[in-house]
Amino acid sequence: MQPEFESTSPELMLAFYRRLYPFKSLFQWLNQGQAPSKLFSNREFAFTLPGDVYLRYHSFDTMDDLKKQIVKLNPSRFEIGAIYSAKPRDKKTVRPTAFVPQQRELVFDIDMTDYDSVRTCCSGKGICKRCWGFISSAVIVLDTALRDQFGFKHLLWVYSGRRGIHCWVSDQEAMTLTDEQRKAIMGWLEVVKGGKEMHKKVNVRMPASRSLHPALEGAVGRVSGVFSELVLEDQECFQHEDGWRTLLELIPDKAVQSTLREQWEEDPERSSSKKWEDCRRQLKKVEQSGGKQAALLRAALEDVILQYLYPRLDAEVSKHRNHLLKAPFCVHPGTGRICVPVDPQHVKEFNPETVPTLGQLLEELNDPTLIEGEHHSDWQKTSLRPYVEMFDQYINKLMSEARANNKVSRAGPKLEF
Amino acid sequence: MFSTRDRKPLDQRTDSHFGQVDDLAYLKYRHRLNFYDEPPLFDVTLEEFETWAIDRLRILAEIESSAARNRTLEELKSVTTAQCNKYLPLNSNSAIGIDRDSERKKDHVSHFVLRLAFCRSEELRARFVKAETTLFRIRYELDDTQERETFLSTRDFGWKAVDEEEREKYSKELRNASSTTKEVPGERYYKVHWTKVPDLIEKRRVFLKEGYAYVPSREQSSIVFQAFQNHLNAALQMTARALPRLEEDTRVLPILNHLSQGFLSGVPSEYADPNFEANGEEITAEMVDDLSRKHFPMCMRNLHDNLRKDHHLKHYGRLQYGLFLKVLGLSINEALVFWRQSFGASITEDKFNKEYRYNIRHSYGLEGKRANYPAKSCQRILTNDQPGPQDSHGCPYRHFSVDNLQAALLSTYGSQGFTSADMPEILHAVNGGHYHVACTRVFEITHGIPKGQGMGDGESVTHPNRYAARSRELWKEKHAPKDDQMIVD
Repeated sequence: MQPEFESTSPELMLAFYRRLYPFKSLFQWLNQGQAPSKLFSNREFAFTLPGDVYLRYHSFDTMDDLKKQIVKLNPSRFEIGAIYSAKPRDKKTVRPTAFVPQQRELVFDIDMTDYDSVRTCCSGKGICKRCWGFISSAVIVLDTALRDQFGFKHLLWVYSGRRGIHCWVSDQEAMTLTDEQRKAIMGWLEVVKGGKEMHKKVNVRMPASRSLHPALEGAVGRVSGVFSELVLEDQECFQHEDGWRTLLELIPDKAVQSTLREQWEEDPERSSSKKWEDCRRQLKKVEQSGGKQAALLRAALEDVILQYLYPRLDAEVSKHRNHLLKAPFCVHPGTGRICVPVDPQHVKEFNPETVPTLGQLLEELNDPTLIEGEHHSDWQKTSLRPYVEMFDQYINKLMSEARANNKVSRAGPKLEF
Repeated sequence: MFSTRDRKPLDQRTDSHFGQVDDLAYLKYRHRLNFYDEPPLFDVTLEEFETWAIDRLRILAEIESSAARNRTLEELKSVTTAQCNKYLPLNSNSAIGIDRDSERKKDHVSHFVLRLAFCRSEELRARFVKAETTLFRIRYELDDTQERETFLSTRDFGWKAVDEEEREKYSKELRNASSTTKEVPGERYYKVHWTKVPDLIEKRRVFLKEGYAYVPSREQSSIVFQAFQNHLNAALQMTARALPRLEEDTRVLPILNHLSQGFLSGVPSEYADPNFEANGEEITAEMVDDLSRKHFPMCMRNLHDNLRKDHHLKHYGRLQYGLFLKVLGLSINEALVFWRQSFGASITEDKFNKEYRYNIRHSYGLEGKRANYPAKSCQRILTNDQPGPQDSHGCPYRHFSVDNLQAALLSTYGSQGFTSADMPEILHAVNGGHYHVACTRVFEITHGIPKGQGMGDGESVTHPNRYAARSRELWKEKHAPKDDQMIVD
């Protein structure tokens, strides 16, 4: 396990904000353009100060104001909220009805803790390259769903610094979704449900036909390769008794269930792949004998794949516009790692253990305490550079589309009267 | 909204239809269903303004209370339809013998009046939208298929029919995304942006591709209801912003306040049909004597006893007691019997019919402006219509002299456990002006409830009807069959 206590002392944090944090990129990303607009000035920022002090409803007119305040407060992290109908810092002076969230990126939060019941390598706060596999398959499924099904284009994936990942969707259409529509998206996406005491956490079949919705069928196809690689080979989810008993609970056919139980009780250390093969073989048998249970059993095995690999989302974060989410490029106070963007195309190769840390970056700067003069772009001299560049590329695409949209709306019919 | 300056008579707009070969051309409102796009730009009398709105409110209140009572959709439909037929009938174009235009006009105007009344707060808007959307939905589903199609064709819902080629291409996906097993032959699909059908998305009931939902025609109504809801939501926001200009009109504002108050207090019974028994129990004229002894608060006991003694009550006394009995569950017919018997031989049949029948019916919302008056709350009894020298209405704790109150309490509640030892406490509360505290304490004493618990969970008396209802509940609990076996059998 990696060292948990990277130094994130206030001095180092201050140097980080002064010299390394890519404020310009952050501004352009939130503002979706160069000239400061409501998207930035009416945006809520919240700061976490050492000693669990939490400050909400801050807002800034320009990037410089934001940087100044951050350098002054030196927060251990800061979060980004919604764009309100008034400036959040004026919250107390405007009527409550004049202060409502209007826009907000559509956001998702996937956290490794939700996978504690299925991963075998680490638990709790730990994460390693191996269990990252669960996150990466979640990213693959969710990324495809948002692009192919909902038609979103501007998805920013950000490593949360320890054991999770965030997604920010900045399409104009996503920004203006109502809470009701956000809730609808979550209904569409949520598959793994039910509490700890519920064995079968996936219940998505059409009651009559037992067929799988095309969106989920696609998801099964996308992760079934990962299933044998990760769940069977790497994680050996069914090797130990707890694991295979869980699997047995998910088999709907009593006869098959008891056959398998006998077999596995005799050979308890049988590998997960072999056990999965046993299941497939039983399914073939039932199919050949023309049993009515075949469709049910086949469906159950597909559901197992979904239960282990379908994204487990923290729904509340996504449903409400006024929810706050940690800004990209913050330092995770526990690990010292920077919350860097992740390329969804290469999420499988992403290794959380090699993400640059605060200490490492400042060391790369030779003289981290040198704070005379302004240092906007010192990140270029460090291993943070590729991540900021990736972020900037993403922002460029976002801004050019925002420009195009603005042109259209300006040329379009005026509805004001 | 109702300004006369830019009034454009509906007749003018429909003139253009006369040239067409169309047997419906003479109708000002061509469809039974209405999306309420255009405000009524014609004169409406103040009376119509209010009574039409109240009629619509009855229906909306019924829809709201149906939700609270967990009625099924079928029950909701039949209840609402019955209410609609009574208060706000809306016939389809085929009903030739009926003045469809005036029905539709009433529907149109009442909708817009209630918009004014309910646009003022987030909560009211949300409730109004919900109830109106339900009403629209019920009407939509019961509408004539042909007429519904025609109505839908007049609007752009932003849907696009899915062509044959595309349907072939996604046939498997479309089939698996639908909630039924059988493939409906010739099922048509419509493509709409997914944000127009959030309910179908949330339940994963459509095929979704690049932001467009493929909605089968049997789910098409979802799009319509969502559009109705969004449209109304946006319109209410607009109305709310425009409302300050209306506040100058002193005639309209009190009416609007009154309407929204009734809805806001969550007491649809205040506007509900008096013939519809809300407590689930009908009360007859004969039962009043017994009920009054067991369950009535001091103010109503006093009125009842005076009525029995004098065979008469003065106007405000009749009003206070009559409305209380109405809400208690006395139907209009039983009320007429009750008052007729109570007056006895002191007045002639003729005089009763001439002078009292109208007033009683009026208080039930059956005469005059047909407002269904709520029973008076303690607040109103204490502050409005102060009793004159001959009057017996009001609140005994406030309006009785101390010695009369003492005597009345002992004689009224002595048999229910009230003793002179309890008196100092009551008088202390009365002297401090805490009349409801005194009344609540009397309730506790006469119902054997430990001090401080009030009518249950510390609830104080705020309404005579609440007092009586709670008292009856407690009585029923106490007198319920003790042997469980009995109930099982």
